[in-house]
Amino acid sequence: MNRTLYGNLIFELSKKGRKGYSLPQDYDRSHTTAELPAALRRGEAARLPECDELTVVRHYTNLSHNNFGVNDGFYPLGSCTMKYNPIINEEIAAMEAFTGLHPLQPAETCQGALEVYYNLQQSLAELAGLSEFTLNPCAGAHGELTGLMVIRAYHESHAPGNSPMGDELGRNLTAPAGALRGGRTKVLIPDSAHGTNPASAAVCGLEVVEVKSLPDGTVDVDHLRQLLDEMGDQVAAMMMTNPNTLGIFEPRVLEITEMVHKAGGLMYYDGANLNALLGECRPGDMGFDVMHINLHKTFSTPHGGGGPGSGPVGVRKGLEQFLPYPRIVKPNTSGEGGEMLRIVYAPAHEQSEILPLTGERGEGLSVGSFFGNFGVMLKAYAYILSLGREHVKQVGPLATLNANYMKERLRDDYLLPIEGLCKHEVVFDGLVDKSTGVTTMDVSKRLLDYGYHAPTIYFPLLFHESLMIEPTENESKETLDAFIDVMHRIADEAKTDPELVKTAPHNTPIGRVDDVLAAKHPITTYWKSLEE
Amino acid sequence: MFKYFPHTEEDLQEMLSACGVSSVHDLFADVPEAVRFRRDYQLPEALSESDLRLFFEQLTHPLNAQLLICFAGAGCYDHYAPSVVENLIQRSEFLTSYTPYQAEISQGTLHYIFEYQSMIAELTGMEISNASMYDGATATAEAAMMAWSNAKKATRVLVSETVDPKVRRVVETYAHFHGFPIQLVPAENGVTSRAALDKELSEGGVAGVILQQPNYFGIVEDFTGIADSVHEQKGILVINANPSDLAILKTPGEWGADVAVGEGQSLGIPMTFGGPGVGFMACTEKLIRKMPGRIVGQTLDSRGQRAFVLTLQAREQHIRRQKATSNICSNQSLMALYVTIYLSLMGKEGLREAAEMSYAGAHSLCDKLLATGQFRLTFPGQPFFNEFCVDYDGDLDALLSEAVECGYLAGVKVGEKTLMLAVTEQRTPEEIDELVEILKRHKEAEV
Repeated sequence: MNRTLYGNLIFELSKKGRKGYSLPQDYDRSHTTAELPAALRRGEAARLPECDELTVVRHYTNLSHNNFGVNDGFYPLGSCTMKYNPIINEEIAAMEAFTGLHPLQPAETCQGALEVYYNLQQSLAELAGLSEFTLNPCAGAHGELTGLMVIRAYHESHAPGNSPMGDELGRNLTAPAGALRGGRTKVLIPDSAHGTNPASAAVCGLEVVEVKSLPDGTVDVDHLRQLLDEMGDQVAAMMMTNPNTLGIFEPRVLEITEMVHKAGGLMYYDGANLNALLGECRPGDMGFDVMHINLHKTFSTPHGGGGPGSGPVGVRKGLEQFLPYPRIVKPNTSGEGGEMLRIVYAPAHEQSEILPLTGERGEGLSVGSFFGNFGVMLKAYAYILSLGREHVKQVGPLATLNANYMKERLRDDYLLPIEGLCKHEVVFDGLVDKSTGVTTMDVSKRLLDYGYHAPTIYFPLLFHESLMIEPTENESKETLDAFIDVMHRIADEAKTDPELVKTAPHNTPIGRVDDVLAAKHPITTYWKSLEE
Repeated sequence: MFKYFPHTEEDLQEMLSACGVSSVHDLFADVPEAVRFRRDYQLPEALSESDLRLFFEQLTHPLNAQLLICFAGAGCYDHYAPSVVENLIQRSEFLTSYTPYQAEISQGTLHYIFEYQSMIAELTGMEISNASMYDGATATAEAAMMAWSNAKKATRVLVSETVDPKVRRVVETYAHFHGFPIQLVPAENGVTSRAALDKELSEGGVAGVILQQPNYFGIVEDFTGIADSVHEQKGILVINANPSDLAILKTPGEWGADVAVGEGQSLGIPMTFGGPGVGFMACTEKLIRKMPGRIVGQTLDSRGQRAFVLTLQAREQHIRRQKATSNICSNQSLMALYVTIYLSLMGKEGLREAAEMSYAGAHSLCDKLLATGQFRLTFPGQPFFNEFCVDYDGDLDALLSEAVECGYLAGVKVGEKTLMLAVTEQRTPEEIDELVEILKRHKEAEV
């Protein structure tokens, strides 16, 4: 087996005349694309690879050996909730009766799929303490953006002189850019927040105002009060992660939500760290109005090397009308066919399941063509059904126990900047002994040598040498102990042989990469590399 | 105990005592009592693996999930994919890994994304591709935002009415909140009205123009000269293209587009009720630093070997926060792998052959439908690829229901009288004939 990096690119394995497919030959050839005017056809054939099947199979199998997944080993990547991705969920998501469904087939022919969507939506609402979810957003950041859109739509509908949004969306061409009718254009975000929060706010046309943290990493409520006094009537929302990015529960969360509500703003819950709370508390009960959940974190769907994820957005009662379309709804009518789930594409088309030809504006929000990453929803729903009400509530406590255990066992060698309980993850500020010059980066690279994925590093930004560890509820004490031993060993190595750590990794398919070269002189395709 | 939780009673005791507490609930002592959740969730009880399987088997009973012979498209297509694709996708090293931040143990992902970017660039005729996006609609919306941020004194972004209304709606939603106006360019006989487009362009202030190829109605539009007019305005041209047709059709690059976007589902990804698919975005080298999303670049490692790495991250949210080009911090990596493996197998010839078959099937179906005398082309005289619209004078809903009874999804109703049908290489000549027969029979019965 070729386990070294030095795989070729698939283009380098190509040879003219080889093929890796077979298609039927008996079809009606009375029309060919040669009929199309030459001006509409491409000049040169696309230079795609020409490979036989086995070459392709070996190539990608070998590539997979240069990767590291949850199935390969412990993945203590903070804030990413690298859970076990149950195999049975993959089997269910691969059922042909799901993968073969066209999204525009009549609702009566796909009730099973609609039921998955509807029931998952309801389950999430119960787990979050909110009223209703849309499952359409494809990722956490997509969910954040969608949630902020919902918040802005709510404020627009409440601005004086405005009809409820729905017929207004985007129609007024004369309105100057950026001049939304809602008036509230500021969003408060703690300085410890995930980078996506301010980025999503900016994409949504909101102005970010940073709320300071106290030395213990929690929100500075006095600073928040001062900001609300200054600009409360312009605040659309405050975004919060709880437990925050340091893994610490915000003790004054109720006070915070109350203050923001009093000022007329809504509370947004970034669900990235929801795993800690399953079984112990719910965002809705803390006063949050809108939130997203990362199904690929809290509900065990695989990260797939960066996606597909799924970022459902939930809202409290009274905000449901602002959720995006299409929606899957259960009609209130009883009697024949009354139980049938329906697809609603737009407010103006409640009675029709047919997409309007014209795509008129003023049809509510939409953040994707169809219903989001349905295949991912299937896995999350299967996970919830497997856990059931009795095991879902163990998730938060066990994840939290694992993180606190790690904290107590590592704090002799790694600097714990904040005392007290953590939730599902723990943040250290590098090694206690900084005299060796060994950095968090070095420690994380040395971990690769020992067969572990690295923790999240240099985030949160509050500390210089952040090293964030999240051991999920799936990890056994033996796994944690073995990792802890290696962390201690690396701390020793830092003292006895710092060069060994600083030049790590040594046992991986490749050494440290030259990031600067890549960015200074971008080569992002094979074609560009040929010009070199 | 539960199969996904390894903690024995003994483990729990040892760990709790290391933490200095006596119960896991004590670890939540910092949570105010008022927000502690003290009841059971209203959820079903846990299902065993076999019960879980039974549950989903029931949901997928033909009464609940009917697999229809698919003549529907409208942005989601029933294409063939070699079985190798699905098999390799399931390799857990790909499936269960995270975003490839740790390049040393993520060369598998980084390597295939580099191949993916190369393939997308080649198919679209563009210089640069990102590592993929959520879907075709959001990729188009991101392109609209790119156009807006690139423009100095623009007043609006133009979108042709022949762009998929579902995509337009997403673009309009993003634009509304981001804070720029979208203006619709009307269609004429199923294609973008050149007169209307020219008039808008002559008025100035256009940050970008968004077109679709083939357009929503399946028509292959002639974009000759548009790029020049848009560039005169300092605007950018965005073409949303169906990548499987680009084996044959003139590429966005050849049309002079600055950004090519689209939905990649037609490249080997199952329909799965509309998702996950994969959005793609490719652009000119000039725009690389304005592009959202991940990008993988080639570099060297400390041992002098070729290696791949996430690059140009200074554009991204985890560094730039609110000043980032976009809030996107993931991609549809695994779906990009579908596309990469699919294109590796189909290759230069296979993609062209599949496109040729789809074209031939659609034209054959169209001829046969017109020959029944019950249908007429909605947009006569317009060249189409593998999807087309016909008008029907009878009760279209009844016609579609009748087809479903016979196991056929006869297309998508896109107007009171208008049916849009798509044909892929998966549709056999027999299926095409049977569909025509069903539709014909229905009309006769109706009369």
